[in-house]
Amino acid sequence: MDTALQDSVTTPAKKKAWAKRWWLKPLVFLVALIPLVSLVYSLLTGQLGPNPIEVLTDETGEWALRFIVLGLLLTPLRIWLKKPWPVQLRRMIGLFAFFYVVVHFSIYLFLDQQLDLAAIIADVIERPYITAGTVAFLILIPLAITSNRRMVKRLGKKWQSLHRWVYIAACAAVVHYVWLAKGDRIEPFVYLAIVMFLLVVRLKRVIA
Amino acid sequence: MAKIDWTKLAGIRSSEITDPALFARRRQIMQASVALGLSGTIAAPVLAKGENGTPLNAKITKSELSTDEEPTSFETATTYNNFYELGTDKGDPARYAKSLKTEPWSIVVDGECDAPGKFTLEDILKPHAVEERIYRLRCVEAWSMVIPWNGFELGALLKRFKPNSKAKYVAFETLNDPELPGMSRPVLDWPYVEGLRIDEAMNPLAFMAMGIYGNELPNQNGAPLRLVVPWKYGYKSIKSIVRISFTEKQPPTSWNKSAPNEYGFYSNVNPDVSHPRWSQAKERRLSGDTSGLAALFTSKIETKFLNGYAELAGPLYADMDLKKYY
Ligand code: HEM
Repeated sequence: MDTALQDSVTTPAKKKAWAKRWWLKPLVFLVALIPLVSLVYSLLTGQLGPNPIEVLTDETGEWALRFIVLGLLLTPLRIWLKKPWPVQLRRMIGLFAFFYVVVHFSIYLFLDQQLDLAAIIADVIERPYITAGTVAFLILIPLAITSNRRMVKRLGKKWQSLHRWVYIAACAAVVHYVWLAKGDRIEPFVYLAIVMFLLVVRLKRVIA
Repeated sequence: MAKIDWTKLAGIRSSEITDPALFARRRQIMQASVALGLSGTIAAPVLAKGENGTPLNAKITKSELSTDEEPTSFETATTYNNFYELGTDKGDPARYAKSLKTEPWSIVVDGECDAPGKFTLEDILKPHAVEERIYRLRCVEAWSMVIPWNGFELGALLKRFKPNSKAKYVAFETLNDPELPGMSRPVLDWPYVEGLRIDEAMNPLAFMAMGIYGNELPNQNGAPLRLVVPWKYGYKSIKSIVRISFTEKQPPTSWNKSAPNEYGFYSNVNPDVSHPRWSQAKERRLSGDTSGLAALFTSKIETKFLNGYAELAGPLYADMDLKKYY
């Protein structure tokens, strides 16, 4: 049932339903840009405090994770609501997740580490939280590349098994967060619980 | 809506604008320039910001042990803090500073000493002349500041309580007030506790601060009295002290209890011993010029062994393996 091809608008009935909701995608697109705009604005107005690199890293990391979780939520949402629109947003949300990860990683690479390759390699090897983040990032790359309609068609069934890796990426991203948080913080475990819940929902459907 | 401050973006140092030490001089210059009809655009916020602190009512002498590096701005040092009792966000301590009640304040001194007791803050402070010590402060999170502390040597304070021969360590405890906004969550095992070996505590670098930049210590910086141990990571410099105990055994310390494989009892700044989360080889110096885009591109600096205080603090660890005792 859960084929990605349902994303594409095929039947005339679906076409009509979609035409009525023409505003949804542009709206979600604009809303998804708000975190970026607000960060840039705060940066330019000097509101990020004495350590802006830290704030930028943390904020983009959190938004990346939120979009990943939101993306995972869309398929079950379609089933619960019995409406098609959540899945129609899936590609865009997924790409926004990837976008925020890329910004997050670029800040790490260019601003935090200032391209100190030796330090970066040591980080990836020695610091488990960086290893986990890198795993999540590497998994997301092929998913982002194959997210367009042409690739969906071309890969057929393989597309689905490939894109199930997003669950592994989500787990790695949450582990990244759990391992980097200092002290007994609640937030990483809230994300952990949500991802675990969505994973269980998903596995149930696969088994059933 | 906040306005984009182009002077800041252009890299005009906010430390020059906000440091209370420079404030008086600036005001003179300003008055002169007003008289000449030259009053500039940068001058306006100077007054507002300079008035943040309450000047200490004491004669302050300079110290040979001060660094001549440029101090971090007062604003940065008082708005970017780790003080988990007031919240885990760096801005929380300044945001919720008012919830910390520092009057009345007393400190209990107990354990292996001949003159224990419960002392008012005044009792504690009175006999000590106030010095300025400009020290580097290195956080385990790989950032650092340069802060002019005001206070007196820890050793001079401890000697007043006549520690006995069993006093091998000194333990410190922070205020335990469940009303504080950060304490409702068990981020750490409250109250916050720290400790030093007695010879570390008696080292001339170990300092008790009741002020910064010639001002009374703001609550977010650990008012009314805090420890400053410049060759150790920042969390050793315990804030808002309510108890000092002399012990025979090594006392527990909060971060060590929370994650023993990450935070040791000694916690000496050491670029060669990396923390599981942060390489300790380099640090980002937070100068105060941080709302400018320049802050995004300033290079990190190499972290020095014992935070550059090896000459005085190094002998404490002459025959110890600091990789093992991290
Ligand atoms: C899917 C990929 C990733 C996600 C979802 C993600 C998410 C996050 C989150 C949620 C945080 C914590 C924010 C906070 O404390 O409020 C964070 C912090 C961080 N991430 Fe990532 N991250 C990812 C990949 C990476 C990669 C590839 C790197 C670098 C190689 C990286 C480096 C960092 C660093 C350095 C921090 C800050 C750690 C600190 O506070 O000390 N992340 N990330």
